[in-house]
Amino acid sequence: MPAFALPFWFPRLRPPALPGRVLAGLGWLTTPLSPDDYLGLVDPLLSARHPAGVVTAVRPETADASTLVIRPGRGWAGYRSGQYVPVGAELDGAWHWRTYSLTSVPDAPGGDVTITIKADPRGKVSPYLVHRAPPGTVLRLGPAQGEFVLPDPPPARMLFVTAGSGITPVMGMLRTLAGRSGPAPDVVLLHSAPRPDACLFRAELAGLAARVPWLRLHLRYTRTAGRLTVGDIGALCPDRRAREIWACGPAGLLDVVREHLAWRNVAQERLHVESFRPAAPPAPAVGESGGRVRFGRSGVAAESPASVSLLETGESAGVPMPYGCRRGICFGCLVPLVDGRVRDLRTGGVHGEPGELIQTCVNGATGPLVLDV
Amino acid sequence: MTATVLPMTLVDRTEELGEELDRLRSEVIAMRGADDARYIRTVIAVQRGLEAGGRLALAVSLMPPAWCAGTAMLTVAKILENMELGHNVLHGQWDWMGDPAIHSTTWEWDFASPADAWKRTHNHLHHTYTNVVGRDRDLGYTILRMSPEQPWRPVHLLQPLYAALLAPVFEWGIALYDLEADSVVAGRKSVRSFLGEIANLGRKAVRQSAKDYVLFPLLAGPSALPCLLGNLTANGLRNIWAHTVIFCGHFPSDVRTFTEDDIDGESRGQWYLRQIQGSANFGGGFLLHVLSGNLGHQIEHHLFPDLPSNRYDEIAPRVRRLCGKYGVPYVTGPLWRQYLSMWGRVVRHALP
Repeated sequence: MPAFALPFWFPRLRPPALPGRVLAGLGWLTTPLSPDDYLGLVDPLLSARHPAGVVTAVRPETADASTLVIRPGRGWAGYRSGQYVPVGAELDGAWHWRTYSLTSVPDAPGGDVTITIKADPRGKVSPYLVHRAPPGTVLRLGPAQGEFVLPDPPPARMLFVTAGSGITPVMGMLRTLAGRSGPAPDVVLLHSAPRPDACLFRAELAGLAARVPWLRLHLRYTRTAGRLTVGDIGALCPDRRAREIWACGPAGLLDVVREHLAWRNVAQERLHVESFRPAAPPAPAVGESGGRVRFGRSGVAAESPASVSLLETGESAGVPMPYGCRRGICFGCLVPLVDGRVRDLRTGGVHGEPGELIQTCVNGATGPLVLDV
Repeated sequence: MTATVLPMTLVDRTEELGEELDRLRSEVIAMRGADDARYIRTVIAVQRGLEAGGRLALAVSLMPPAWCAGTAMLTVAKILENMELGHNVLHGQWDWMGDPAIHSTTWEWDFASPADAWKRTHNHLHHTYTNVVGRDRDLGYTILRMSPEQPWRPVHLLQPLYAALLAPVFEWGIALYDLEADSVVAGRKSVRSFLGEIANLGRKAVRQSAKDYVLFPLLAGPSALPCLLGNLTANGLRNIWAHTVIFCGHFPSDVRTFTEDDIDGESRGQWYLRQIQGSANFGGGFLLHVLSGNLGHQIEHHLFPDLPSNRYDEIAPRVRRLCGKYGVPYVTGPLWRQYLSMWGRVVRHALP
């Protein structure tokens, strides 16, 4: 049951399918803008350049997790079961991007997608999406991505090993399999959660296992039963060597699975892994040393002291860095941040999210980071 | 031009002034939020609405009221687009929103000069070397003589004339100036990149001209001619307005110029000081400030070119108080007075 319903007056427009040639022609009239810029102004869902979706319902799953039902707009290019989607949420006027696994069935009628999010109490975006984003909220959607996907056709035997919110991409795959007619593969799911009331999709998983013959479910509550061990996998799934394996969860779980496979001599190519990185790292203390900067496209890495700008570090390492005023004024030196965080040398403030454009002339390293230059 | 002599105590306190301005900047950055985002989106919506309305009205502009309304709407739309949106977005004032649709790296504007060329000559050269004779290419746009440090040549006798003629075609003047042909002659810029920039400008010029002078008039059918005239008028008025605002920002007679020696080893405090002394404000209400891209707060803009323009009005009294405290002249006045003062300077330096 949706916790909220959309007001009846909420527009349910289907984006019109305008042929590309018409839009290109209209572009001569809207130049230097594109017709898309006007469409997006009328309704953000009509924009193809900046794909967006509207939250149509928010369903609480556990005390700190919710499922968001999202109606994607014109720019949404679809996805494969198991992929994740970059989601942009506007908080205090600024867009923040996070990735979440899609839990819906790709070719479901209506085309709505769902993501299930667990709130990280230290985080900024997930608590907002889980507890506060009302239906009607417009989110930006990046292109679905990831290779942790359900093959088509699926292999005859599959083993899923998941923990915590690592169940989310697998839930999408199970729903996809359950929605198909014809023979389903034989599936074993080993899922760990701290407690029953913190277990995502507990009722749905149990119901599905009872209803379909092809799913064997082992739920493990780690507060009482302890964490999954290398030996448990073999005990719970004796024929694991005949199975293709998907593992998703915290690093500890993935280590257990890898160790098990190495121990059992199972070919690594039969293993698909998706790791959930821990949320934002703790802010470093002021005065902390810099970090190692990798310049992704140039293939160069260099040590960057805390007080030195990324621009200087890049230039002394021979990277062709864009530059301008070198004073933080002109924004001629913007470079996308791929990974890590930076410190504003003027204010000492630490910031940076993947994809954010960084003024390299006034930001320094704080820990290891990767720049797309 | 009056080279204001600063009291010696100020020189010692320049860094203190710089720190106070840094604190002011941090304060505004900490305050930026949903209200600012709503502001810029509202301006965008109003601008695009006016543009669409203006185009529609000009499509039936055989009727005189439609011509007047359409031309007025399109003029205001173009002014908003250049001043409060284009200029300020290209400065990176809204990059903090992380919205790729309102970002200095993705924005293109309804002005002849391509955004990339403009960002280099304006954001980098002009804002870094504000009013440094020989470095700030904005100063006099290389063809005007605006200070006694510039050598006089007989051609300068004509400068009041060509400064006035520049106004209605200002965007094309800027576009040519952004090509920096003199840098190629001086060997500071390669012929190859120069040709690349000419091609960029050419492509943009074709689209810009086609839109205003061919396609919309053709679509207007029987109203083609009035539509064309409306578009010409809107572009011309926008050019005159942009010319006025920009000339009033740096050329009123109390504004200082600097030499390259002045900026040798310049500290942050001294840089701030030069920005204040090299800029002039003009007063007005909310509407005047929005239509001038908040460049009536030229001093605040030059101190903090990357702060959202809607915040300049709020910090202006505090900047002015700081200037009073440190004895730095804060040049401001009504627009008409700054405008006359600017012309006075153009005429005065036309003579040796």
